[in-house]
Amino acid sequence: MSIIVDKNTKVIVQGLTGKTGTFHTEQALEYYGTQMVAGVHPKKGGETWSAGMDGAASLPIFASVGEAKEATGADASVIYVPPAGAGAAIIEAIDAEIPFIVCITEGIPVMDMVKVKDRLDKSNSMLLGPNCPGILTPEECKIGIMPGSIFKKGSVGVVSRSGTLTYEAVFQTSQVGLGQTTAVGIGGDPVKGTEFIDVLEKFLADDETQSIIMIGEIGGSAEEDAAQFLADEAKKGRKKPTVGFIAGRTAPPGRTMGHAGAIVSGGKGGAEDKIAAMEAAGIKVSPSPARLGTTLAELLKG
Amino acid sequence: MNIHEHQAKAVLKSFGAPVAEGVAIFSADEAAAAADKLPGPLWVVKSQIHAGGRGKGKFKELGPDAKGGVRLAFSKEDVIANAKDMLGNTLVTHQTGPEGKQVNRLYIEDGADIATELYCSLLVNRETGQVAFVVSTEGGMDIEDVAHETPEKIQTINIDPATGVTDASAAAVCDALKLEGQARDDMMGLAKILYTAFCEKDMAMLEINPLIVMDNGHVRVLDAKVSFDGNALFRHPDIMELRDTTEEDEKEIEASKYDLAYVALDGDIGCMVNGAGLAMATMDIIKLYGAEPANFLDVGGGATTEKVTAAFKIITADPNVKGILVNIFGGIMRCDVIAEGVVTAVKDVGLQVPLVVRLEGTNVAKGKQIINESGLNVIAADDLDDAAQKIVAAVKEAN
Repeated sequence: MSIIVDKNTKVIVQGLTGKTGTFHTEQALEYYGTQMVAGVHPKKGGETWSAGMDGAASLPIFASVGEAKEATGADASVIYVPPAGAGAAIIEAIDAEIPFIVCITEGIPVMDMVKVKDRLDKSNSMLLGPNCPGILTPEECKIGIMPGSIFKKGSVGVVSRSGTLTYEAVFQTSQVGLGQTTAVGIGGDPVKGTEFIDVLEKFLADDETQSIIMIGEIGGSAEEDAAQFLADEAKKGRKKPTVGFIAGRTAPPGRTMGHAGAIVSGGKGGAEDKIAAMEAAGIKVSPSPARLGTTLAELLKG
Repeated sequence: MNIHEHQAKAVLKSFGAPVAEGVAIFSADEAAAAADKLPGPLWVVKSQIHAGGRGKGKFKELGPDAKGGVRLAFSKEDVIANAKDMLGNTLVTHQTGPEGKQVNRLYIEDGADIATELYCSLLVNRETGQVAFVVSTEGGMDIEDVAHETPEKIQTINIDPATGVTDASAAAVCDALKLEGQARDDMMGLAKILYTAFCEKDMAMLEINPLIVMDNGHVRVLDAKVSFDGNALFRHPDIMELRDTTEEDEKEIEASKYDLAYVALDGDIGCMVNGAGLAMATMDIIKLYGAEPANFLDVGGGATTEKVTAAFKIITADPNVKGILVNIFGGIMRCDVIAEGVVTAVKDVGLQVPLVVRLEGTNVAKGKQIINESGLNVIAADDLDDAAQKIVAAVKEAN
């Protein structure tokens, strides 16, 4: 098993015709034939998109997400639209009742995401991101920009706030022979869709996921909330070996966080607090970002 | 992006917020004319720098007994004397660091009779994904101290984006500030004004400390600190014009031209990394092996060869840099693009220090091939651990 996406997931692409959308759609098609079924462009409805690799694959383009969903039965959408229009693209996907929406775009204005979050909370859609690398279930489905070559089908569930550290965790768990069930990059923006807890809940429920790697960063309190969630679930007997890492232990204070933001979170947000919260919840925290795989392998040996 | 107090007040005034009359000046010659434009008999002369704690700050050049960066003046001559005393000197506050910041402009403002000082800020609460008012009756002091000592005196009021500030939420703000009578009437309106300004101008933070109730019962914005969401500046050309680059680090300005996230640090190992998380983790691992990073640099997801070249030049321009670590795990970022950028930059500016390159991910074979065929003296690394150990060892050896 895997979580959220598998070989049956049908994906449409918002922003397919741009350079980024084209490159990563080609990569997805090459990755075990991920079911990319259509593109969306408001002015290019009716046209056809052809992949660069021998022009062998082509996808129909629809003028709206609603039309694309109707015609293809898609259950997921991935968004590569530039920042100025990305918020509106997410809202279009929510309005079209796409069950699972992934937004890769980096640099969306926060106020646009405040509007998106409001619409999202009133819908049944699940949003991953924005500013995230997407999601990948090895040998089945790749949505987003993760490099497929580093994955290996296996037993570790990976969830991370940082895109490139997701790759580190995947790469290292492949190298130690464990492999992954699914890797999920939730993204680093302050206002986003899916949080750690949403993903951890699914990993705990998935039989094939036997262990978890969770990677956080300084700022906010999502890691503390996630640690509390795992501690509470463990008391109910739901528990899987988990390795954690927090990036930014050596970051200078106050450079990125406005001080009023630090007040709202009530003294939370620093690396040491997060590490302490994770350790208190029984998570084995790796001191080095290069030892995620080996730390997990040692933990599993006992 | 940060702006000065006088600019922040002008923005808020344009939305209808009550601020005092004032004039910004850039030289002491303008002080007399500025004072004449205001009614008196009390003026406030305020240093304009992008840092808080100005009132309690000290001028480096004036000695420990001189007055701080915000001064009261009781006559026109007093305004002129203070302006001469402050302009061009270096103000050190708890937010500027020991090096301080040069005061290049002053704001001369009409004085107010203060009855009560309050605290009011707006920001995006990441826990709810909504704009929130953070308010306290303890105004005029450091809000961090209030949060630490009496956290119960700070209240957060979230605003539903579907409705904006309703009468009920404005009343909640007034209740938290314990406002009554005229001041309450004023604040009911001001809450809506502040929320509108925050949303329409894509602010990241709006902090009014203090917000005052005057002897006549009306409220006024006495100090204002505003920063804007850098990702939304494209739709606010008027706000872009308020940018004061003299307040920013030169290398950081250069980096921002190329849309690079760069923060200068004190160590000697320059880093070029893709992704904020990996960039922070790279700093962490350098420290783990006993060295210090010279910078945080995230080249971002969609970097071009030109951008990578610029990043490399910014790193090598720092005289403290004794070694460079390039750490790339390509996803959206392709290793061949990074490799080409590094090769171009090295050929352009030369390479005086050891360079370790670690490439992994999308198009990694192509990237490694470009580096290998370049004939450059680059130390290749297999993984993050290997890369960090190699650069730390190479810098130790070279010195």
